Amino acid sequence: MAVEWLWLIPALPLLAAGVLTLLPTTAGRAASFVATGSMFLSFVFSGLAWLTTLDQGEFSRTTFDFVWFKTGTAALKIGWVLDPLTAVMLLTVSLVGSLIFLFSVGYLAREERRVTFFAHLSFFAAAMLGLVIANNLLLLFVCWELVGLASWLLIGFWFRKPEAAAAARKAFVVTHIGDMGFFVGMIWLASVAGTLQFFDAGAGCLEETVVHSLGAATILGGLALSTVITLLVLWGAMGKSGQVPLHVWLPDAMEGPTPVSALIHAAAMVAAGVYLLARLFPLLDAVPDSGSLVAVTWVGSLTAFFAALVALGQTDLKRILAWSTISQLGYMMLGLGTGGPAVAMFHLVTHAFFKALLFLGAGSVIQACGHEQDIRRLGGLRRRMPFTFGVYAIGMLALAGFPFLSGFWSKEAIFHSAQVWEVSRIPFVLAVAGALLTAVYMTRQMVYVFFGEHRNSSFQKSFSERAVVTAVPLAALACGAITLGFLGTQAFPLFQEYLEGETAVLAWGDLIGWGSLGLIALSTLLSVGGMALAWGIYRPSQFDPARQQDPLNRWFPRIFRWLENQFFLDEWYRQTVVRGTCLAGRGAEVLDRLIWGPVVRLCAALVQTVAWCSRLADEQLVNRGFDRVCRAVRQGAAWCSERQNGRVQTYIKYVGASLALVVWVLILIDRS
Amino acid sequence: MDSLSDYLLLSALLFSLGLCVTLVRRHAILVLIGIELMLNAANLNFIAFWRFGPNPEALDGLLFVLFSLAVAAAEAAVGLALILAVYRRYSVTDVENIDELKG
Repeated sequence: MAVEWLWLIPALPLLAAGVLTLLPTTAGRAASFVATGSMFLSFVFSGLAWLTTLDQGEFSRTTFDFVWFKTGTAALKIGWVLDPLTAVMLLTVSLVGSLIFLFSVGYLAREERRVTFFAHLSFFAAAMLGLVIANNLLLLFVCWELVGLASWLLIGFWFRKPEAAAAARKAFVVTHIGDMGFFVGMIWLASVAGTLQFFDAGAGCLEETVVHSLGAATILGGLALSTVITLLVLWGAMGKSGQVPLHVWLPDAMEGPTPVSALIHAAAMVAAGVYLLARLFPLLDAVPDSGSLVAVTWVGSLTAFFAALVALGQTDLKRILAWSTISQLGYMMLGLGTGGPAVAMFHLVTHAFFKALLFLGAGSVIQACGHEQDIRRLGGLRRRMPFTFGVYAIGMLALAGFPFLSGFWSKEAIFHSAQVWEVSRIPFVLAVAGALLTAVYMTRQMVYVFFGEHRNSSFQKSFSERAVVTAVPLAALACGAITLGFLGTQAFPLFQEYLEGETAVLAWGDLIGWGSLGLIALSTLLSVGGMALAWGIYRPSQFDPARQQDPLNRWFPRIFRWLENQFFLDEWYRQTVVRGTCLAGRGAEVLDRLIWGPVVRLCAALVQTVAWCSRLADEQLVNRGFDRVCRAVRQGAAWCSERQNGRVQTYIKYVGASLALVVWVLILIDRS
Repeated sequence: MDSLSDYLLLSALLFSLGLCVTLVRRHAILVLIGIELMLNAANLNFIAFWRFGPNPEALDGLLFVLFSLAVAAAEAAVGLALILAVYRRYSVTDVENIDELKG
């Protein structure tokens, strides 16, 4: 599929969204078929696009641009780009997206507003796919905002629930605090680079000339211009990808329907931030030891560790997954900062699969247990839902980095690049600690939900976990979660070389080399050790959630309170940012009431007086004068019309009289 | 009767008589006769000014009068025809009773 036709990929779901908005609310079945079908078709096209990038044999990047509109002499061009990064992202988003769509068909079978749901979901996917193919930062920003809008609609899908409405609002506001940075950075870039095209035959803002000039220019404080701009863009990516300190919206976003959570966390929303940075990587990397890459690394590693810590104290099934997403996004940022886009994208792809798998599995659990999400009231589902248990375990093992599953390889690549980072060793240590915590909290969740005694009274025996629409996506995602890692092992880094445009060579030596082998051992140790540790603490014979409190709570109540309340960051924001905003608002209101209001009223009174005067003049002078003239004209006309009596002799009389008058006047003139 | 003013006086007298007849009499034919009188007063003026003017040899005054007589004849014909048409329509010849020349 040539690059000219790349627009078809986002256009299909967009068209579906358009069609669905026109369907009646009763056409739920048709709606789900249309949406899922268009998404699968999108996936097929994405596959064709990917094949195109493979064909060339070497690194291929084709673009297709056209003029959007002209103002004066300046023409704004937008267009699509097709290179390995786009192709990989397209494949991931459309494949994971269509599996999630398929799962939604079953998950929302009884939902009344199913048509609306699928319309919004298609719109979401379309916006994300548009973001991926954009060859212009402005077009990317537009789609970025559309993704934000769609996520707002979907998180608040059950808007009658106050928590859902609040969560949607929070997600929108917090991500837009980040978007402000992105926006300012974009404007700045446009003003200094003169273009927002990514690749434009040497003149684009990601190509040699511009990147070099931006890297060479410095502003106040000796920072390179490229660094300042990318730091601003990073702020936007942090908002979208839930990095500390803008992560607070992501756990709350769990109020949306579970497939939405899966889509947000796996493919669509949070991946956008990482993708943006991967796309802009040439700019981030414009100067050696670029400050923005250092910032990305630090933010990522701190987030990875912090979120893993918080996940340890959560009791909501989906919230634990949300925190794990934040943590994994941190790993992606860390990989991006230390190892470049290939490392980050590898983890993004593997993560998309196992995280979607985990969320959809959680969806099955929630559905079967009468919408119970508190892990303390779930339990023993291993026997009742063996299939779900199996795939969930695969996802969990992949996330925990169990040897030879996908998460293991992608995380190992991140460790590899973090270990050799020259600036500091702390991010590596944080990442290692985070990996250990990941294994612990995931095992804790597994034990709570699937092991022990059955504690849930509203379990629905009628729920079939093996229904086609439920089982197929889960099975497909599980396959991905197992196998995808082998695309990018140290020995045969097919994925990385594809992204960077080199030919992969099979080199077992790299795997056995001291650094790699050590890291593999370390990863294995971390995940297996973490799981063993958690099993030791939480195993059913040791701990009964129905009667006892969480062991961590018993042992370290003070620390656990911090974990449970997510380090009180929400409260802290409420006390500072929210309260500050409210205070500012109240101040503005007082100012409004005391100063601006009276000024406006005074102006209004002045204008009113002037208007009143002019009305008076109008009525008294103009109208009266005019009336008088009119009356005179009418009277004169009446007098004349009386003279016209229809008798010819009267008229002759007038003529005679006028003649006499003329004669008299002539005589008078003659005399004088 | 050998100065211009005598002729002019005569013509003025004739004109006034014509006007009087036109204004006073009610019969339409008499009104028409009054108009003819006034026209003839004007003709007399033409002749008088020509005869006592600076160039009595040329026949221009006479020419005017001839024209004027021809027009008067045509006018009389039209006037009589009008009177006849009015009579046929309204069965009156009294101009007092014709008062529709307005609007």
